[in-house]
Amino acid sequence: MSTFDVNKVRADFPTLTQKVRGKDLVYLDNAATSHKPKCVIDAVSDFYRNYNSNIHRGVHKLSQIATDKYENARKIIKDFMNADSTEEIIFTKGTTDSMNLFANSFGKAYLKADDEILISHMEHHSNIVPWQILCEDRGCKLKVAPINDKGEIIWEEFEKLITDKTKLISVVHISNSLGTVNPIKKIIDAGHARGIPVMIDGAQSIHHVEIDVKELDCDFFAFSGHKIYGPTGIGVLYGKKKYLNEIPPYQGGGDMILSVSFEKTIYNELPYKFEAGTPNIAGAIGLGEAIRYVSELGIRNIAEYEKELLDYATEQVSAIPGVNIIGTADKKASVLSFVMEAAHPHDVGTMMDMDGVAIRTGHHCTEPVMRRFEVPATSRASFSFYNTKEEIDVLVKSIAKIIDMFS
Amino acid sequence: MNELQELYQQVILDHNKNPRNFGILDTCTHTAEGHNPLCGDHIDLFVEMKEDVIEDVKFKGAGCAISKASASIMTTLLKGKTVAQAKEMFTEFHELVTSDPESDPDVVNLGKLAVFCGVREFPARVKCASLAWHTLMNALEEKEKAAKTEE
Repeated sequence: MSTFDVNKVRADFPTLTQKVRGKDLVYLDNAATSHKPKCVIDAVSDFYRNYNSNIHRGVHKLSQIATDKYENARKIIKDFMNADSTEEIIFTKGTTDSMNLFANSFGKAYLKADDEILISHMEHHSNIVPWQILCEDRGCKLKVAPINDKGEIIWEEFEKLITDKTKLISVVHISNSLGTVNPIKKIIDAGHARGIPVMIDGAQSIHHVEIDVKELDCDFFAFSGHKIYGPTGIGVLYGKKKYLNEIPPYQGGGDMILSVSFEKTIYNELPYKFEAGTPNIAGAIGLGEAIRYVSELGIRNIAEYEKELLDYATEQVSAIPGVNIIGTADKKASVLSFVMEAAHPHDVGTMMDMDGVAIRTGHHCTEPVMRRFEVPATSRASFSFYNTKEEIDVLVKSIAKIIDMFS
Repeated sequence: MNELQELYQQVILDHNKNPRNFGILDTCTHTAEGHNPLCGDHIDLFVEMKEDVIEDVKFKGAGCAISKASASIMTTLLKGKTVAQAKEMFTEFHELVTSDPESDPDVVNLGKLAVFCGVREFPARVKCASLAWHTLMNALEEKEKAAKTEE
């Protein structure tokens, strides 16, 4: 048993203590987005209430405060990921934005016709579609490494797909629909052995696993603020400086330039080269605060407690006849996807909502995964450190009720 | 009745488990495919028209209870109806499921379709309830499939 004090942390989250349709809210949709601790809400509100101002180049006091706080958030993130410098931390709108920035700029710099990009079968659409757009544009080829029935990358097949033509490997760290934790260190090492850079989609891992980009030696890493208890509309692209210096900007405009003339424009230095326009200042400050909060709890403590929740939920749910868990990898994060013989996921979602239980139903932006497991959709319960075993009991009771009603 | 019982009325649960007119209609003159990409509901609709009248109709597909029951109940109501009558039924049905949950539902002309009254409470489910009907409208607007009618 972990020593994690769940009741103490729950008190930090104002949205958790509410009634939904007359029942206590049981929020199990954390893989979609997490709730926000009061300190994050306060940090965002503090910006708008007290020092709202545009950042950089402002000579007035409020602009200075805003700039300092914005840049301090970048430093918090740099330390959290153990990056070399804040120049490697680019603020984006979120993981999808990071992936698009990366695909666009990296593609322009390094990819040409017949080059291959290797992904896995369990990617989120945001690590599929930007590559398809790029492939169409530049004539590259997208290669997809297969997964087994447990939802794990088949390593031998993955290795076989790394060829002399492979110019990039881009894989998800933790699958949002299956919960699989991929062996990214092994993937990164395999890529580097052939001189291939590796991009990690960390949307589902940044809040579950300690990320040390130096130890991992990953070249790029993307994540969203809102999955790690920060605001929506803010995210990060980490990139090794040597690549960020070489790849061209994604968007042009204010803030990303040093000087502009009609003859020649000089791009700004890192990381500003990739941050065109007024950014989500409050979002970045809120994300910095969220990461400070999470660091204080300790990612390891969080991971340990969440594993307890996942093990408990897996045991309870798999014991119910007529329920099949999709995604049974040996290494999993706290995501439990399931299908029921009696009821379609969409009906399950509505039924659970009536019990105050918030889960996600659908394809979870991973349609190829759904096809791989031959299901139209799944119901997905995803757990956070603020969830309790009692809440899982409510989920289990709700499942039993649904089976009873639909059979 | 609470909201949930209203949404999943016995009739709906029954049509979900035992859908009527389920299968392929070999004699169809019109067909259309309906897909709800957000939740994966999928339906193939087969309609046999004689001049302006719907002679027979069947459907195949997979989806949630609401979408399946809606398709099933729809097929039981269409036989012998003209295109204009079918369109009118759809309009009334659509008005019902998208009407204000606080208002008194106008179910006078709806007959069996009134069981979908509970959908009003769940805006996310309106698409499920109306998928079959949208597919029907597409099928009816489609030109007759010469190849199929001649076979």
